[in-house]
Amino acid sequence: MIEIENLSKAFQVAKRKKGMFSSFISREHETVYALSDLSFRMKKGEIVGYIGPNGAGKSTTIKIMSGILVPSSGSCEIMGLTPWQSRIEHVRNIGVVFGQRTQLWWDVPVIDSFELLKDIYKLSDHQYKRSLDQLVTYLDLSPLLHKPVRQLSLGQRMRCEIAAALLHEPSILFLDEPTIGLDAVSKIAVRKFIKKINEERGVTVILTTHDMSDIEALANRLILIGKGKKLYDGDLKNLKESYVKSKRVIVDYETSSQDFSLNGCQIISQTSERAVIDVNLSENSVPVLIQHLTSSFNILDIAVETQPIEEVIVNMYKEFSI
Amino acid sequence: MKWYFTLLKLRLTQGLQYRAAAIAGVATQFFWGAISIMIFATFYGDASEVNGFTKEQMITYIWLQQAFLVFIVLWLRDKELFELIRTGNIAYELCRPLNTYGFWYVKLISSRLSSAILRCIPILLIAVFMPGPYALALPNSAISALLFFLSLILGLIINVAISMFIYISVFITLSPTGSLLLFSVIGEFFSGLILPIPLMPTWLRNFVMILPFRYTGDLPFRIYSGNIVYSDALFGIAIQVIWIGVLLTLGQAAMKKSLKHLTVQGG
Repeated sequence: MIEIENLSKAFQVAKRKKGMFSSFISREHETVYALSDLSFRMKKGEIVGYIGPNGAGKSTTIKIMSGILVPSSGSCEIMGLTPWQSRIEHVRNIGVVFGQRTQLWWDVPVIDSFELLKDIYKLSDHQYKRSLDQLVTYLDLSPLLHKPVRQLSLGQRMRCEIAAALLHEPSILFLDEPTIGLDAVSKIAVRKFIKKINEERGVTVILTTHDMSDIEALANRLILIGKGKKLYDGDLKNLKESYVKSKRVIVDYETSSQDFSLNGCQIISQTSERAVIDVNLSENSVPVLIQHLTSSFNILDIAVETQPIEEVIVNMYKEFSI
Repeated sequence: MKWYFTLLKLRLTQGLQYRAAAIAGVATQFFWGAISIMIFATFYGDASEVNGFTKEQMITYIWLQQAFLVFIVLWLRDKELFELIRTGNIAYELCRPLNTYGFWYVKLISSRLSSAILRCIPILLIAVFMPGPYALALPNSAISALLFFLSLILGLIINVAISMFIYISVFITLSPTGSLLLFSVIGEFFSGLILPIPLMPTWLRNFVMILPFRYTGDLPFRIYSGNIVYSDALFGIAIQVIWIGVLLTLGQAAMKKSLKHLTVQGG
C-alpha cells in the first residue's frame, strides 16, 4: 500500500554569520539532509509507530508522503500514486493531523469547518452524515460542535482535528504527534479512537510520537529513524529483546551485614536491609540471582524491574550516536 | 453547495464578528473622503472642469473610491494567509484536493467581498444625502450603471490577482512587510487613490494606462460618473479581461514554482 524507496530530501540553509552586516551583503549556503536513503513498505491496515529524536526527519517523511514536499531523490508510491506528482488525487486517500498545527477555523464553530471540508472533498450528504455521526459518537464531539474553536481546550481541539482529518473517510491516516501536550485522559481517548478506527474502517495509520506509551498501546510495528536514516524496523517485542540488556532486582531482607557478589551482577546500592542489583542478562539471569539471594538472606520482598521502553530508546539513540 | 460559497459564507460570519472594525472603517473612510473632496474642490477653485473631469465627477469619483476602498487597495492584508506561510500551517492547505492558487484566490476575494458588504452601503447612503454639491451623484445612465458594475467586479478580480503576488512573495521573504509596502505604495499611486488619474499630467496619464492598477478603481468610477464614453468603457473592459488572463496565468505559474521549492516552517 505504501512503498518508499531510497527517499532523500536535502534543504539549502543560509548560514548566518555573526555581526550585523555580513549576512546582509553575502550569504553562504549549506546543504542539510533531512532524509537520506530511506526505504520501507507498509501493508493495508497496519499501524506503524514512527519514532526518532527531534530533527530526525519524521515530519519531513510525513510531509513528503502527504504530497506537501518534493523529495530530492527516490520514489514513494502510495496506493499507486506518487504524492507530489498527483497531489490532488492522492490527498483524497489520506487524512493528516499535525499535532502542533490547526486546520480548523479559529473564530467559527467547529461544525462550520466541517461543512467546508465536506464541500472541499465533495462528500455527498449521505456520506458526510454517516462519517460525521460515527466520529461524533466515537470522539464524543456533540458538546463541542457548536463552539468556536478558540474556546476549546487542547484536548477537545485535538479530538476535533482528528475528526476533521477523517471526515472524508480516507484509507490512510498520518498522525504527526497527535498526543503532544495532551493530559493522560485525552491521550487515552485519542489512542482508543485510533485503535477503533483502525479496526472498523481498516485505516492504515502512521503515527509519529515521542510518547512511547502511544506506541506500546497502538503500534505492532516500529520504525526508528535518526539523522534521516532508518535505524530499526520491526516489532516492539523484538526491540525489547534485542536491546534490553539488563534487569534490575530490588530486594528487602532482614537485617544482615553479609556481603554479596555474583558473576554478572552489579550492586548499585546496599544497606543492611535492602540491596539494588543490576543483572547483566548476557552473563547471568534473574532466577540464578534469586536462588543465590535466598540462600544467603532472609528475604522479605523482591521486585524485578524491566528497563522502561523510553530508556531502551535513549540507549539506542546513544548506540547509534544520534 | 460548492466549497467557494461555503467559504464565502464562513468569511461573512467571521467578518460579522468584527463589527467594531467595520464601523471604524466606515467612519475613517467617510472623513477621509470628505477631506479629499474639500482639498480637491479648493484646487478646482472656480474652474468647473480639469482635463475634462468636472467637479461633480471628481466628487462622485472620491465617494466611490471610499465606498469600494476594500476593492482597490493593496494594503488590505489577509493575516491568515501570511500566518499560514510563516508558521508552516500551509501544510494543511496542501493536504486538500484543491488547486492552491484557486483556493487562496477565493479566500482573498471573499474576505474583500465580506468587508465591502459591511462598509459600502453605509458610505454610499451617507454620501448620497450629503448637502448639495458634495453629494454622490446617481449613475449617469442605466447603461453606465450596468457597465460600472461589470467593470467594478472585473477590477476586483484584477486587484486580487495582483495581491496574490504579495502572498506568493512571502514564500521567499517569509515576511510580508517589504512586499506589502512596495506593492501598496505603487498600487495606491497608480490606481489614482492619491491623485485621481484624470487630474494627472498627460505624460503620467499615458504611463498609468499601460499598468494594470488603474483598471481596478479608476475605470469603473469614471464609467459611473459618465467621464468615459460607452465605446471607451467597452474598450477598457476588454483590457480588463486581458489583464485578468495575464495576471492569473503568471500567478499560477509563480505559485507552482514556489510550491515546488517549498520549505515548511517550524518542523
